[in-house]
Amino acid sequence: MNTRAMRAIVRRDLKIVGQTKGVLLPMIVVPVLMMIVLPAVLVAVPVLVPDVASELDDLSAMLAAMPDGLRQSLIGYTPAQQWVVLTVLYMLAPLYLIAPLMVASVIAADSFAGEKERKTLEALLYTPTTDLELYAAKLLSAWLPAVAIAWIGFVLYGLVANIGAWPVMGRIYFPNLSWVLLAFWVSPAIAALGLGVSVLVSVRVSSFQEAYQLGAVVVVLVVGLMIGQISGVIYFSVGLVAVLGAILWLAAAATLWVGSQSFQRGQVLARL
Amino acid sequence: MDNDNVIVTQGLGRRFGATVAVAEIDIQVAAGEVFGLLGHNGAGKTTTVRLLNGVLTPSMGSARVLGMDPATDGPRLRRRTGVLTETPGLTDKLSARDNLTLFAEMYEVPREMVSGRVQDLLALFGLDDRADEPVGGYSRGMRQRLAIARALLHDPEIVFLDEPTAGLDPVATRQVHELITRLTQQEQRTIVLCTHNLVEAQRLCSRVAVLAHGAIVAMGTPRDLAQRLARQARLTLEVEPGDEPIVRAAVERLDRALVEATSPGELHVTGLDRERVPDLVADLVRSGARIYRLSPHEPTLEDAYFALQSDEEVTP
Repeated sequence: MNTRAMRAIVRRDLKIVGQTKGVLLPMIVVPVLMMIVLPAVLVAVPVLVPDVASELDDLSAMLAAMPDGLRQSLIGYTPAQQWVVLTVLYMLAPLYLIAPLMVASVIAADSFAGEKERKTLEALLYTPTTDLELYAAKLLSAWLPAVAIAWIGFVLYGLVANIGAWPVMGRIYFPNLSWVLLAFWVSPAIAALGLGVSVLVSVRVSSFQEAYQLGAVVVVLVVGLMIGQISGVIYFSVGLVAVLGAILWLAAAATLWVGSQSFQRGQVLARL
Repeated sequence: MDNDNVIVTQGLGRRFGATVAVAEIDIQVAAGEVFGLLGHNGAGKTTTVRLLNGVLTPSMGSARVLGMDPATDGPRLRRRTGVLTETPGLTDKLSARDNLTLFAEMYEVPREMVSGRVQDLLALFGLDDRADEPVGGYSRGMRQRLAIARALLHDPEIVFLDEPTAGLDPVATRQVHELITRLTQQEQRTIVLCTHNLVEAQRLCSRVAVLAHGAIVAMGTPRDLAQRLARQARLTLEVEPGDEPIVRAAVERLDRALVEATSPGELHVTGLDRERVPDLVADLVRSGARIYRLSPHEPTLEDAYFALQSDEEVTP
């Protein structure tokens, strides 16, 4: 493996991302919203509204519709604590996945379709890299920042969740095992899947915008998980998160493999 | 390598579906040579460069470049070749220095040499005073010079230049020509030059291949091709002032020839078939024109090229 050339390609792509507002802005705004603003608002509810306990009585009706496992995990908490645990540990969990997914998709769209649009890909094809090295470098330049943002977001989310809810919880309650799995098993997988889908889309379109919009279709999966959890069909138990991660890794491997088949120099040139 | 030949192809070709982009070409390029690939857009020049660098695999035939098969040794081969692509393909958001530095890494220029090599090339191409500005603000000529610098970063043994002077002003064009001459004469590099510019090809190339519809229709030194293929002569005639109408009338009796007076008594005749020159002279003498001087001009590569193209139009 020509790792030096691969590192240079990654550095080049990241420098371009850093200089492109259209790519950089959603990469900052979405994670800040999902990982800082939203949990901060939710943990602030029982802290800022003193008589929230009575308002939260309705929570028991909502909990009644939840799966047994979730109900069991909330036993022993006050209604205010149940609100915090339910929202921060469970309801927001699917949304946490949006950030790595979106970051991977937006960078991959820029790295593959954007490069095609800017007519800068051909010069890369003449470098002494193999097709696989070039493809892997381009994947890494999107996957590494996505995972980094997921992990940084995980830490910030934990800080907001524990500090913000301290008056209600009185202890560190985040992360639980599901969240650890979510951060270190599922988020890299969903980033890889977003990447794989973006690569497949980028092959067929000619602009960054088209690739980004079509590649974002994977968000539907996250929305489905969220609806499933709110409606009580599923909840982010350790088992579900572990299985979800495995499924996402398999789907990512399949899409990335298909993408690698279309990322052969001859085929890439034919589409320029 | 085949003796001193750094590029040898045998029946090399590439199809895209039913379209033949390159049709079974046989070329040999010697080390230190400037070899020109001439032809219209779509003639197969760029595809040939891609095949010779292992960026495209051939549909037929084979090639050896620096003793390697581009189809199987592409990455190893591309360490020793440099390519200026038809579009510069620079990253506008990055500075010239960043563009070159990152490509130097990709081409595995020894780490300790990267910054010096980049600086030398920036200076050589007159870009050092704006080296840290984003390339997006560069003129077309500056971008082209930067792209050529990128092709030379790793000291390639063979340099493929696809339209290197397109969009350059005369001063920059001259710089590129001088660079090509220096690369071959002083540094023994081999250059493959794809160009539409026939004057450039005649001036720089030791040999040229003319491509049409993917096939080589003529190959040789520019002088040989010009003498072999140029069927139309260009003449300068000096006659007694006042005899110009006699010359005009005689030329008009010949197909496709044109005459233009440049000063009293001096006329240029172009588009004249070589075999009709004696007829023209005889006609002028018969008509009573007093001829003081008749100078044939050496046929050029341009004359040969257009003769070939007119053949192509007749037999597509």
